[in-house]
Order: sequence, then structure tokens, then C-alpha cells
Amino acid sequence: MKEPLHIISNCVIADESVIKNGEVLYSDKNVGLSSFLVQLYKFLHIDYPKFYKMDNLSKLGWLASEVLLKDENIVKHYNPEEIGLLLTNANSSLEADVKYFQTIEMASPALFVYTLPNILNGEICIRNNFKGENACFIFETFNAAFIKEYVDDLFANNKLKLCICGWADVIGETYKAALFLIGKDVAASSIDFTEENMDKIFEGLNAQL
Amino acid sequence: MKDVFIIADNIFSPLGSTTKENFDALLHDISAVKEHHNAFADEPYYAALFNNDFSLPASPEKNYTKFEKLIIASVDEALKQSGINVKDDKTLLIISTTKGNISLLESEVYDEQLQKKIALHTSAKLITAHFGFINQPLIISNACISGSLAIITGMRVIQSGKYDNVVVTGADIITKFILSGFKSFQALSNGLCKPFDADRNGINLGEAAATVVLSSNRKNADGIKVISGAVSNDANHISGPSRTGNELYQCIAAAMDDARLSKENIDFISAHGTATIYNDEMEAKAIALAGLTSQPVNSLKAFYGHTLGAAGLVESVISIESLQQNTILPTKGFEVHGVSQPINVCKQIIHKQINTCIKTASGFGGCNAAIIFSK
Repeated sequence: MKEPLHIISNCVIADESVIKNGEVLYSDKNVGLSSFLVQLYKFLHIDYPKFYKMDNLSKLGWLASEVLLKDENIVKHYNPEEIGLLLTNANSSLEADVKYFQTIEMASPALFVYTLPNILNGEICIRNNFKGENACFIFETFNAAFIKEYVDDLFANNKLKLCICGWADVIGETYKAALFLIGKDVAASSIDFTEENMDKIFEGLNAQL
Repeated sequence: MKDVFIIADNIFSPLGSTTKENFDALLHDISAVKEHHNAFADEPYYAALFNNDFSLPASPEKNYTKFEKLIIASVDEALKQSGINVKDDKTLLIISTTKGNISLLESEVYDEQLQKKIALHTSAKLITAHFGFINQPLIISNACISGSLAIITGMRVIQSGKYDNVVVTGADIITKFILSGFKSFQALSNGLCKPFDADRNGINLGEAAATVVLSSNRKNADGIKVISGAVSNDANHISGPSRTGNELYQCIAAAMDDARLSKENIDFISAHGTATIYNDEMEAKAIALAGLTSQPVNSLKAFYGHTLGAAGLVESVISIESLQQNTILPTKGFEVHGVSQPINVCKQIIHKQINTCIKTASGFGGCNAAIIFSK
């Protein structure tokens, strides 16, 4: 019998609020997405100047990963190639695409590089030295069933021992990130890695412990 | 685990609309890369583009985008060979692309309607409906390893038993959006690109679609299998490759381990070989770390240009055809060895019995992929 997988921790950023493991960590109403992300960065007391170069999708997903991994020492227990990422969203990098296109006559490589949704994977990998399997899929809506199957398969085939998976999407002022840290380890906040639990967390409901 | 066979394939490129037409063009040293003068750039540039009047078998009543038309043309031809039932609940479609419909930003007004039209899930729905697949398709957009990752994903969902047949397709088109971006990186070659060459100075961009149909059921006695694949991240830089090649090597080693193959079992390597200084150097280091310096290595970028998300599929289809025909293709554009490692860059056609090859790919965001095909 294989060891069961857990959602070791989770983080949702939506509606100008940050929720970690079901508790509101931060909230800042009516400031707009760009300001909200910068204020959240400052609130978290992170010193990572590259943050300011990121587009809003990378800022959003990267901040969610920072909150997700904060105080999670288990990351140190694994080799870089044993830790991976599966991220999904609906609008790919369209927000960055439009910004790049508006300045195309003086095309900037610093903007062009963010016209790919998987740059967020790269940003999280660079920050944490994660080198394992990573992928970026597009779905019209959050698809917990797919995430569950894909991550289960990576663990079953010994590709990963720890995985960040979930959703990060930005289009204009509409945004949402929901990230899950998946592994065999058990922490105080751990819940079963199920489709239902991911859906409940995504919708902002506390999953059953 | 179940074996995964390639039961049909297609390349729809400026060199032809079937795998055979494409492979024959390559055997005759014909490149799709040409000098272009058009509104996409102030200066002439080298790229492999479709003529504007390219004709497609897609049903004319539908107002498909160019990206969707290319996918439909490629899938249509591959499906006809495959004989699979798209309406079976054990059949899946996987679509891969780097930028999909992004060129629509250049020709249409940006509003909510265009947002929806550009969205890859919209294209996926149209393509799914066109062919009548009943399962929701998967869509992969993972920079220049998109097509390779799509093949690996297709292999995995067959190995796990979830699906019996997977149609893996991908396409990218080149317009001002993409051309200007690569130009801003000073990554475009001013002539035909020269992979692994001492004088290489950048890429040529290219347009293409390609498809493979994967199945748990062997169709022909000489069927090629996709036997393993792996993905990694450099965790180094979002737009520059690893300086060590260690992470691409990690992928190659993982794929070889999964397939229980040692270096003596590998007959050739189909590299990414974009002809940028840093990519080719990184790949040479990875190939050397894997101990594969004596195996012939080719890059097809001077034939097709860099077809972005489609590249992994296009080059995999050519590699599969190479295995079937026992023919390793040369690296067009390569003359003088120009990487730090003594890899064996293939300069001319090699005819010999071959059984196994590795296809590698790397892309922005630090992503790498390796796939092993075998008889």
C-alpha cells in the first residue's frame, strides 16, 4: 500500500486577501492589484529585489509560493530535483502579452520574457532552487481532478517527493492564486490530498480536517 | 507499465503537409528558412514561414484562426492514418503551443471578446468539436518545451492506463509579436542559423504544426515506441540557460534510467540546437555529462527554424522517421565545431541500423525536457 499524499499547506490569494491554511493572513481593500501585490511583498518582509521586475502574474504566484513555503522546513529535507511544480491557469500570460504589445515599437526583453505563463514556474524554481519536474497547463476553470491525477502519477513514479501545484491567473484586475504543497509528510496543517479538499480551498471554504 | 506506440504522425510545415514530404525535403537538404521583407520587421530577416495563401482542408464555414487551422490540418492527416476512434472515452487530445493565437493582438481590437478568442481553451474547444473528441482536451503552454512536454504527458496517461489513445499536437506561428521579442533579445541570426557552429549567432524563427498519435495498441510490426521522458528546471535564470548543463543532463539521465538504457544503447540525439551561443553550449555540456559524446547529434533548426512550442513535436516526428528509415539526418548550417565539449555533431546523412534516440528541448523559464524513442 503506497503512502498517502497530503496537502501539507495551502495558500489562496483572492479578493484582496491572503489566506494560509484557512486563516486570513493579510487583507488590503480597494488598492488595485498592482499596489496590493507590492504592499503584500512589503508586509512579508522579503528582501528579493527581482520581485519588482516581475509581471503581475509572476508577482501573484510567486508571493503565494512565499506564503505557502514560509516556515515549511521540509523543503530542506529533499534534493532540488525531487521538488517540482504543476501550475495551471485560464489566461496564460495574456496580461503581460498585452503590456508587451503596447510597447512593441520599442520592444523590451524585460517585458517580452514574461509573455510566457511558465516564467512563474521559473521564478519559483530560481527562488527556492527547485529543479524537478515542472509544467504549466491551461484550463478554462480550476481543474482539481487533473491536478490530483497528474501529481499522484509523479509521486507514484518516484519523479517527485514534494510538489507545489495549483492555479495562478491574472487578467486585468481579475486575479486568483491557490497553491498547494503536496507530499507524504504530515504537518499540523496537513489535510488529505483530494480533489474535494482542493476545490473547497479554492472556493475559500475550510476543508474538512 | 503499458508500452506506448506511435501509430501515426504528421508534420504540416512550409516544407510539406505530410511526414513523408517533410522527411524527403530534409534528405534533399531543402530548408524552409528564407529571407523575408514584410511589415513584421524594419529590416529583412530569415525565418521559415508559410505562404499567405496556404490552403487547408478545414471546413470553410468555420472562422478558425491560423493557429487553429494549422492544428486541424495536422491532426486531420494523422487521424486518417491512425484509424482510432476519437469518440472513444479512452481517447484524449493534447494541444501544445508557446503563443497560440497571440498574433490576433496585431489585427483586432483588444476587448473582452478578443480575450476569449485568444484564450487557448477557446481554441481547444473549437478543435475538439471539429473532430468530435468527447474528453476535455489538455492544453500545455510551457515555452519551447511545450511539444516535448505534451508527448511526455501523453505517454504517461497511457502508461497509467487512463487512456488507450492520445492525439498529441502542437503549432506556433510567427508574427511581429514574436519576431520583435526575439529581436529585442538580439537572438536572431542575420542569415541561415548555424547550430553548434563556431560562427553561430542566433536563431531563425519558424512556423509549423505537428502531431503524433500515441496508443497502447501496436499497429504495425515495426512500430516505434516512446519509452521514457523527463522534465527539469535550471533554477538559474528566466531567459538564459544553465551555465553547466547539469539540469538538462538530469533530464537525460532520468529518461535513460526510466528506460533502463546505458549510453551504449543510444544511437543518436536530436538536440534543441537553436544556434544561440548559450543554448548550444549548455546542450553540449549536458550531452557530455551524459557520456554521449560519440553518438551523432543533430539539430534541425536550419531546416525549420525554431518552431517554438511545435519544435519538440516536429523534431520528434523526424526522429521517429529516422528510426524507421535507419537514417540519421545532418545538422544543416554546421561547419566548424563551436562548443566546448567534443560532441559528435552530425554533418552528413548516416545510413545504419539504429534503434533508439533521445530528443532534448529547453526553453525560457529554465525548462528542459528529454524523451527517448525506441524500436
